[in-house]
Amino acid sequence: MNTSLIILFILVLGLIGYVTGRTRSLSISGGKLSALHSRPVYYGSYVAIWAVIPSLIVLFVWLIAAPIYIDSLIRSSFPDSVLSQGSATTELTLGTTRSMAGGILLLSAEELEAAKSGTGNLREILASKGVPLASEAQPFMIEAAESFNALSATSRLLMTIVVFAIGVLGAFFAVRRIGLRFRARNQVERVILAGLILASSIAILTTVGIVGSMLSETTRFFQSVPAYSFFFGTVWDPRFAAAGAAATAGQFGLIPLLAGTLYIALVAMLFAVPVGLFAAIYMAEYASPVVRGTAKPLLEILAGIPTIVYGFFALVTVGPFLRDISTELNGLVTGNYVNFIQAQSVLTAGLVMGIMLIPFVSSLSDDIITQVPRAMRDGSLGLGATRSETIKRVILPAALPGIVGALLLTASRAVGETMIVVLAAGVAARLQLNPFEPMTTVTVKIVNQLTGDLEFTSPQTLVAFALGITLFVITLFLNIYALYIVRKYREQYE
Amino acid sequence: MTDISSSVSSGIAGAPRAYRDIGIKRRYAAERRFRIYGISAILIGLFFLFTLLWTVFSNGYTAFVQTTITLPIEFSEQTIDPDAERTTDPSVLLSANYPVLVRNAMIKILNIDPANRALVKRATDMISPSARIQLRDVVMADPSVIGKTVNVALLAEANVDSANKGQVDLTVDEARRKINNQQLTWMDQLRESGVMTKEFNSGLFTSGASSRPEASGVGVAALGSLYMMLIVVVLSLPIGVAASIYLEEFAPKNRFTDLIEVNINNLAAVPSIVFGLLGLAIFINFAGMPRSAALVGGLVLTLMTLPTIIIATRAALKAVPPSIRAAALGLGASKMQTIFHHVLPLAAPGILTGTIIGVAQALGETAPLILIGMVAFVVDYPGSPMEPSTALPVQIYMWANEAERAFVERTSGAIIILLAFLIVMNLGAILLRRRFERRW
Repeated sequence: MNTSLIILFILVLGLIGYVTGRTRSLSISGGKLSALHSRPVYYGSYVAIWAVIPSLIVLFVWLIAAPIYIDSLIRSSFPDSVLSQGSATTELTLGTTRSMAGGILLLSAEELEAAKSGTGNLREILASKGVPLASEAQPFMIEAAESFNALSATSRLLMTIVVFAIGVLGAFFAVRRIGLRFRARNQVERVILAGLILASSIAILTTVGIVGSMLSETTRFFQSVPAYSFFFGTVWDPRFAAAGAAATAGQFGLIPLLAGTLYIALVAMLFAVPVGLFAAIYMAEYASPVVRGTAKPLLEILAGIPTIVYGFFALVTVGPFLRDISTELNGLVTGNYVNFIQAQSVLTAGLVMGIMLIPFVSSLSDDIITQVPRAMRDGSLGLGATRSETIKRVILPAALPGIVGALLLTASRAVGETMIVVLAAGVAARLQLNPFEPMTTVTVKIVNQLTGDLEFTSPQTLVAFALGITLFVITLFLNIYALYIVRKYREQYE
Repeated sequence: MTDISSSVSSGIAGAPRAYRDIGIKRRYAAERRFRIYGISAILIGLFFLFTLLWTVFSNGYTAFVQTTITLPIEFSEQTIDPDAERTTDPSVLLSANYPVLVRNAMIKILNIDPANRALVKRATDMISPSARIQLRDVVMADPSVIGKTVNVALLAEANVDSANKGQVDLTVDEARRKINNQQLTWMDQLRESGVMTKEFNSGLFTSGASSRPEASGVGVAALGSLYMMLIVVVLSLPIGVAASIYLEEFAPKNRFTDLIEVNINNLAAVPSIVFGLLGLAIFINFAGMPRSAALVGGLVLTLMTLPTIIIATRAALKAVPPSIRAAALGLGASKMQTIFHHVLPLAAPGILTGTIIGVAQALGETAPLILIGMVAFVVDYPGSPMEPSTALPVQIYMWANEAERAFVERTSGAIIILLAFLIVMNLGAILLRRRFERRW
């Protein structure tokens, strides 16, 4: 019986359990519901929980554990000639055996007989059925494949029986416990609470998953490339991962990528911060409700546009525009019509990223400025300061910590932005200061290294994880510090 | 004290008042400047918003029309099935020489000398190479057309399409144009006879990836996106709501819940590409799920959307006044009953709004999907979330990297479709908020 069918049956069992529990509680109450501790629904749910949850847990544990156990049995049945060749060969043989086991099931009895007696070539027979084998089938592998099939079938049968037995036993046990004074509601609510806790720990698990997976891949990367030459290397030249040529590893210097990332983020911030901040100040302090009510949502549209659209905008409009205008400018000044801004450049990427960041700066700062207490404004205005003086001397200093927090959050977004830089910044990893030339970023290189066919053993692929964890750590510090500042600021004025 | 009285008395005496120069003019000028800075900042933002939208729409609206050339195709038995073996071996229909049918039809309709090979090639180049597949599908669907002449609407080649839409600069020297004068005359001829028409481009919505711009569409990618959004909603809504209920209503104030709190806020700001790396390492490399599958994409996007939903749900739960809780508890409801029967229904509009916004964000996300291998050339509709598929924004990314001009039009068209989805979702969220929002 396949797994989804088993799950379906367990759910049906749960439904039956629910109805039974409910009816039983009704019958023992003798029509007087107030005699029961809980409402009948809870008795039903209690039985359903006992029928479904233990059996599902067993099912999942079995599904994970059984293949591991069967693999280890099969592995130990291999002849010593295979086992002595190291774990890589053993794993390869195991993989072939497993796909062979899948293929054998498709064969008729005669074909299988022919393969076993050696009159037919199993590999060719299986290939004709659409099951490719990595290597020639050897007699011991056919045997192993057959015992693999037998073991899997037994395991599956046993699993079905055990899971159903647990479900039925659980339901039976729960029905037996139902009584007038039985606190079904409290029991059910405890299970629900456990579910709630489980759900909220997924956030933690995600972070653990991010850090754990990236750390393990990064340590593998550092086994082939020393950490020192990654973090302090100034040349990025990973070469291509050629099969069998692992020794010609390239150079993986982080510095040029980091420089590009920070440079582009700086250009973006230089553009977004004044525009966003002034927009926020105007909307918070000057604008009439109508202007505010239209301008704020319009600017926030910018935040809702997917970044790939910004990338396209940079590629099709902004990049060519900057290139052409630089050609014209150069021509007017020197008479030499050559562009000095490349279509893909730090400036293009930074400018477009800046447009994307405007709404982040403006709505975060807007929230913070409006939180400054009314009394401070009134005090300053009452003393005869103009509005702009009030803003510059009173409101902004009071809001400064919050605004700094908002800007740090924005900076973290700029550092981690991917699609705009992929399309607008270029792929050349260079250390230079000219904003009109292309540079590349950490995120671009992660995308580059992981597009196409992957081999999870080459440093060319693994370096993406080292880059990823660098990025994660940078943004983590920015975020946590920013969140700390913003939270503290909020407490100050609440 | 005496100073004030003396100045007041001197004022009464009619002497000119001595104003202290507080630079009022200068200060008002500064005030005006400051105001102008603010207005221009907003205008700059709006200017870029409109430029961006204008770029997309002006490039993209033409993608919704497509030039088609309706040719009377003679499905001659000689070309398709010369040995009459289609009843015994249907595969001859698959590999038949369909381009010849197109060529013959073009020769006929334009009155070209079949011996003039250069001319014939120019004429057949006006029809998209995808015509081969189109005609094959016609024959496969109904083999009885063989031997008859049927009018078939074929897609025009991308350059002909552009020229027909007036996007080709005809002042450029002929040799440097992708479409020559002979073809332009033919186009006029075909247009006058009603053979060449502009039709609504339904292929843009139904087709999959293709190396020919005129035959490519976003249908397959949209289905991949739909699968992922379903997974995101089904997983992230219950998990997110459950997590927020615990954190908001049950969690004791201790270090562990503080940690969860910081974690969620941080996860909301982690770069999306990091989630892609997580998906690659855990779901594909460790758990052995298939690459390029919508399932993995959906799981990654779920993890990304969860913080957004949790933050929105917690705000919605917080907005339900304590009096509701107190009343329910006072009538003897348990805490769990209070929350599930009273608080949660009142918070539902806020939760749904947050979910829609989170899902809209997930719909536009590209970078993590690229890492888990969804940048695939997918021609056929994926039958299940386990099959290789691609997504709407990834399709846009792939087209944006194509060199051909006609792909710019397609890309913009696809962006318009994506933006339309986002607008509908966000409008839905706004309407929901307007309709059900309660002020306590």
